[in-house]
Amino acid sequence: MIVELGHFALILAFMVAIFQMVVPMIGAYRGNAAWMAVADPAATTQFLLTGFSFAALTYAFVTSDFSLSLVVGNSHTLKPMLYKISGVWGNHEGSLLLWVLILTLFGAMAAWFGGNLPPTLKARVLAVQSSVSVAFFAFILFTSNPFLRLDFPPFDGQDLNPLLQDPGLAFHPPFLYLGYVGLSMSFSFAVAALIEGRVDAAWGRWVRPWTLAAWVFLTIGIGLGSWWAYYELGWGGFWFWDPVENASLMPWLIAAALLHSAIVVEKREALKSWTILLAILAFGFSLIGTFIVRSGVLTSVHAFANDPERGIFILMILGVFMGGALLLFALRAGVMEAKGVFSTVSRESGLVLNNLLLAVSTFVVFIGTIWPLIAEMFFDRTLSVGPPFFNMAFTPFVFGVAVALPIAAMMPWKRAGIGRPLRALVPAMILALAVGLLTWAMFTGRSALSPIGVALSVWLVAGAVVDIWTRTGRGAIGGRIARLWRLPRADWGKAVAHAGVGLTMFGVTALTGYQVEDIRVAQEGVPYRVGAYEIELLSVEQNVQGPNYISTMGHLAVRDAETGREIALVHPERRIYPVAGMPTTEAGIDSGITRDLYLTLGDPQVGGGWAVRTWIKPFANWIWGGAIIMALGGVLSLTDRRYRVAAGAAKTVEPPKAVPAE
Amino acid sequence: MMRLVVALFLIMAGPAIAVQPDEVLDDPVLEERAREISAGLRCLVCRNESIDESNAELARDLRLLVRERLVAGDSDEQTVAFIVDRYGEYVLLRPTLTGSNIVLYLAPFALLLLGGGLALVYVRSRADSPAPSEAALSPEEQARLKDLMGE
Repeated sequence: MIVELGHFALILAFMVAIFQMVVPMIGAYRGNAAWMAVADPAATTQFLLTGFSFAALTYAFVTSDFSLSLVVGNSHTLKPMLYKISGVWGNHEGSLLLWVLILTLFGAMAAWFGGNLPPTLKARVLAVQSSVSVAFFAFILFTSNPFLRLDFPPFDGQDLNPLLQDPGLAFHPPFLYLGYVGLSMSFSFAVAALIEGRVDAAWGRWVRPWTLAAWVFLTIGIGLGSWWAYYELGWGGFWFWDPVENASLMPWLIAAALLHSAIVVEKREALKSWTILLAILAFGFSLIGTFIVRSGVLTSVHAFANDPERGIFILMILGVFMGGALLLFALRAGVMEAKGVFSTVSRESGLVLNNLLLAVSTFVVFIGTIWPLIAEMFFDRTLSVGPPFFNMAFTPFVFGVAVALPIAAMMPWKRAGIGRPLRALVPAMILALAVGLLTWAMFTGRSALSPIGVALSVWLVAGAVVDIWTRTGRGAIGGRIARLWRLPRADWGKAVAHAGVGLTMFGVTALTGYQVEDIRVAQEGVPYRVGAYEIELLSVEQNVQGPNYISTMGHLAVRDAETGREIALVHPERRIYPVAGMPTTEAGIDSGITRDLYLTLGDPQVGGGWAVRTWIKPFANWIWGGAIIMALGGVLSLTDRRYRVAAGAAKTVEPPKAVPAE
Repeated sequence: MMRLVVALFLIMAGPAIAVQPDEVLDDPVLEERAREISAGLRCLVCRNESIDESNAELARDLRLLVRERLVAGDSDEQTVAFIVDRYGEYVLLRPTLTGSNIVLYLAPFALLLLGGGLALVYVRSRADSPAPSEAALSPEEQARLKDLMGE
């Protein structure tokens, strides 16, 4: 019964979305306040109905209602509760329902907190946002309905893919979707502004918090995915340049570019049409990402043919929204005249450079991802584009961004001499060079790329420190430290996020350049040495019973090779999930700030002993630590006084209070 | 389909770890070269994994083949060519710089040059344009903007 109500609520939400797409748009065109005003309650209703529908599906999963074909395919009674719930979005249909739930949530938030938007702009934003919902409601209801019943329910489910049964992956999709879908808000603002025919500083200010929030969610989502891959897939890789990963990296890069160009719109009223274009493209890449993941087209061209209906539907959504928005852009971009004047050397130019490099690096990822498809379709070549290509083609742009970032970040608006920021950055430069040279000297005979990467990471972090310190002005140290805490949160956010980029880069460089690997047959009770560690296989326990798996568990001791002091006991596992019939490996990891010890257990060997792989992965955790710090920077910036969106909305209700002059 | 193949394969083969101890060559220099080459070759039954990372049986066969060729005295290029001859260019994770692939390699640089040129023209035009008239916003709009900015 509850399931039927959920299904019904979804259909109702679809109807409301159609209504919200049409009526406020006409209202804004005619200047009819009542017609525009219906957008608010419609957006709230849409969200509540979708929320109910999602709750109904969750209820079906929690109670293991095997009359629902989706629950049968993706759940099992023996599964722990957390994974019963995460199973709701661990599949195509459910994940799309989560997609629209977040879409309607953002729409509703724009309605709740958008009180200070001009009424016509707000009505148009909500109408455009709702048009996206209409497309996805239709997609779900017509091709991917999660509420389909079975005539003959089985006694138990077929289990979720065991790889997905993991806390890291339970929360990875929701964050990623919050990011993808958050960019729909920037898209709606861009299209509404094009229809409205004006983009000004205020527009830049409204768009930025949405983009920033979406970027923060994407950062966390991608970080979680990468961390999961690191500990779950069994050889400690953190990024594989898989089409599905690239699908999330592209919107992230474009969102980062948009974030920066919107600053120029807001502060300097320049780069307007470019910013609009980025906002459209950012959401376009989110849709492309959804298409890639959902259609399976890039995994294999044949996977697409297996389910052409869904793939073509998403392709149509993509075509309609991108085609329509870009056409509108071509027609209306001319009306957005830039006002701000700035010289060739200025913060504005620095941000233009940032946008150029981020846009081209996005393109590198894009062309590499779709090239196998193009080659097969047009040139009849079946080929692969994998990590070696991306590492080679992507790294120069990352290095370019890293070189320019600290300097550009410190240049003043309008016009600047390059001398002043450079002089302030001399200590950072010296430190970076020194650390880079030291690294190079310590590991002679290896590629020169890694010391450069290390030097650039130090340059980024030290540059961020110099940046925030310079913001405190001149005077005694004590006064400057006191001023440090009173700096706007946006300044802190900028420095923290930029430092986070440096930390991630450091982790990536250290891990790829300097990890130590050991493969061997380990005999029980015979210690061996890897790097500065002594490792001993104590025992291997077979047939360990988990909640829904059987495990072979190794027990290994890690000791300091010099002193013999025990550092850690690790327990790598090999699990078999009988219901899904799938094996997985669980690495035994001893995490640390300066290194991870990463051990995996292999097959028993014919002559006795077990295959054991040991890695010493230097500074591995810095990769995700840096991502968290980047996201923290975004959050700090988002909580800046200027962006208290809610405070702005409250103002329309209450008379404005006197604000003490600053 | 591919995923199904992989899943079936894994059920039959059982889990293993990528490079097995018995595969490792005694000569560390040769082994280093073998690892380097393996990282650039695609495991044909996997989803976007190199044979160096893959647990599949076929990847193991290819790893052994690479080592066999190296031990026989082949150069890195000869070894890769040997594998490509048998499995097609699909196994190369880094496409060759031949024929239509030139577009793949040149497109980013073309876009960088084009974008860089456009950006430069734009930045120059901003530097040369006359100062804007502040009257672009009406007084009410100015006031509203101020209010919104919280100033």
